[in-house]
Amino acid sequence: MDNEKVIEIEDLSKQFREVKAVDNLSLTVYKGDVFGFLGPNGAGKSTTIRMLVSLINPTNGKIKIFGKDLKTNRIDILKHLGAIVEKPDFYGYLSAYKNIEILGKLSQTDVSNKRIMEVLELVGLEKRYKSKVKTFSHGMKQRLGLAQALLHDPDLIILDEPTTGLDPQGMKEVRDLLLYLSNEKKKTIFISSHILYEIELIANRMIIINKGTKVVEGYVEDLLNSNNLKVSIEVNDIEKAKAIINSSFWNGRIESSDSNKLIFSLTNDEIPKVNRFLVENNIEVSAVVPTRSLEQYFLNITEKGE
Amino acid sequence: MLTLVNIELYKIFRKWRTYIGFIAIAVLVPIIELAMLAEGERSLDFMTRNLQQSFVFVGNLLNGYLISYIILNSLVIHIPFLIALVAGDLLAGEATSGTYRLLITRPVSRFNLITAKFFSAVIYTNVLVFWLAIVSLGLGIIIFGVGELIVVKNSSIIIFAKYDILWRFILGYGIASLSMMVVASLAFLLSSLVENAIGPIVTTMAIIIAFIIISAIDIEIFQKIKPFLFTNYMNSWRMLFDDPVDIHKILESVVVLAGHIAVFFGVTVYIFHKKDILT
Repeated sequence: MDNEKVIEIEDLSKQFREVKAVDNLSLTVYKGDVFGFLGPNGAGKSTTIRMLVSLINPTNGKIKIFGKDLKTNRIDILKHLGAIVEKPDFYGYLSAYKNIEILGKLSQTDVSNKRIMEVLELVGLEKRYKSKVKTFSHGMKQRLGLAQALLHDPDLIILDEPTTGLDPQGMKEVRDLLLYLSNEKKKTIFISSHILYEIELIANRMIIINKGTKVVEGYVEDLLNSNNLKVSIEVNDIEKAKAIINSSFWNGRIESSDSNKLIFSLTNDEIPKVNRFLVENNIEVSAVVPTRSLEQYFLNITEKGE
Repeated sequence: MLTLVNIELYKIFRKWRTYIGFIAIAVLVPIIELAMLAEGERSLDFMTRNLQQSFVFVGNLLNGYLISYIILNSLVIHIPFLIALVAGDLLAGEATSGTYRLLITRPVSRFNLITAKFFSAVIYTNVLVFWLAIVSLGLGIIIFGVGELIVVKNSSIIIFAKYDILWRFILGYGIASLSMMVVASLAFLLSSLVENAIGPIVTTMAIIIAFIIISAIDIEIFQKIKPFLFTNYMNSWRMLFDDPVDIHKILESVVVLAGHIAVFFGVTVYIFHKKDILT
């Protein structure tokens, strides 16, 4: 990856009356990054993306894209930026082709039949180019959203939850397309999601935000391959298992428990050892589920809406 | 800018609601004309009954000019609804359908986007009024022919010679267009404030009706504010059918109407520039 900064956000805030949707957020995206922007619903992801594409004005803070201030160089920046913001909406009374043609004209880009069909083919809509968009499923609109974002061959692609509403095959196709754009076309991609797994599959760097503020930022590999795992072990006799553990070498490693599960804090190597120890002491183990601490944290804030 | 206006016009004319106005005029005006063909002579006779004791009327008084004059008088109050139907949807419609997000993330300034939309609203308005002129005046002349125009105003009656009428209609439709552009720019302004097209359409009509009622009621306080209501100038085209024509008064109305358009558009630009797109 390059050291050239493509997106620089500095102390960005957005206040909607009494609600602070984004609170002093800073982040940097480098050229060639596939940058995952993670957070639970309502964390401020879409508000941040809307500020990045100039749909809403920040209350405070600075946004620089391609090294230029967004406020004063909006048109210049948008020429090299393609985006999908939230759900993909189009002019339902027009065909897919006409929608792309209109948006291409607005982007002052090549709207030749060849180019339009090329992007429609890229997203698998070439056979439906004549159909009115109002007849499209959500997944097809999502693909058309990608087509309009890619039409003018932008250097930076900003995607707000682009796999929402897609079936597993569709999700895989979008992921493959993004990896192709990153690896083959050397595009910088900023992708938001509330699914950690999705980001893990395609991003090299990521940030997690919650309640509008940064929780953690870094390389996906560093953040997710931590050796500090939370391991849930399901047993037949929870009281007996607790007693055995507490009177052994593993004393103090239980973090919490419920009616049939013990949650341990362990490293990768320790998991089979604890499992063997329990079995050797006549405790039946029916499941061992390791989760990474960051993943657990993310699950907590997603489930609880912390 | 031309590309932007073309795109906006394409979008307008691909919507079914755009044709409601044209269809309404195409249906309503011929109905009025056919009714006049059947009953017009009797109505005209009734209208001029008192004068017939002192004058003898000769020639084709029930002609295309008279029909067009009557239609313009009655429809100019109803056309604003047809204008608001399209102009009120131009911005709010983008918000409702979520397509603001597509538009504003393009490398086009917000000012250019809003100006293109405004121009297309103005073009639609003029085309609709032109259509009204074609159907009422054109069809009227085809069915009833031409002749002198008899205009009854207050207690006086003015008869215009055949050769002295057409220019009055051309300018009259011009001023009617300007009046309708005020309506379009008001609906456009209201459209920038909300995210549902019904609101601007209903509010535009409510404002026009309220202003017309205020203007019509003969109470001192209402008479004092009357000069500040744009509806007061919407019937200025009628002054072209005075004899002599008061050019100064007509120009004053034109300036007031154009001023309203400029102010409404200016406020819309300001609102749209500051607007956070949340839909």
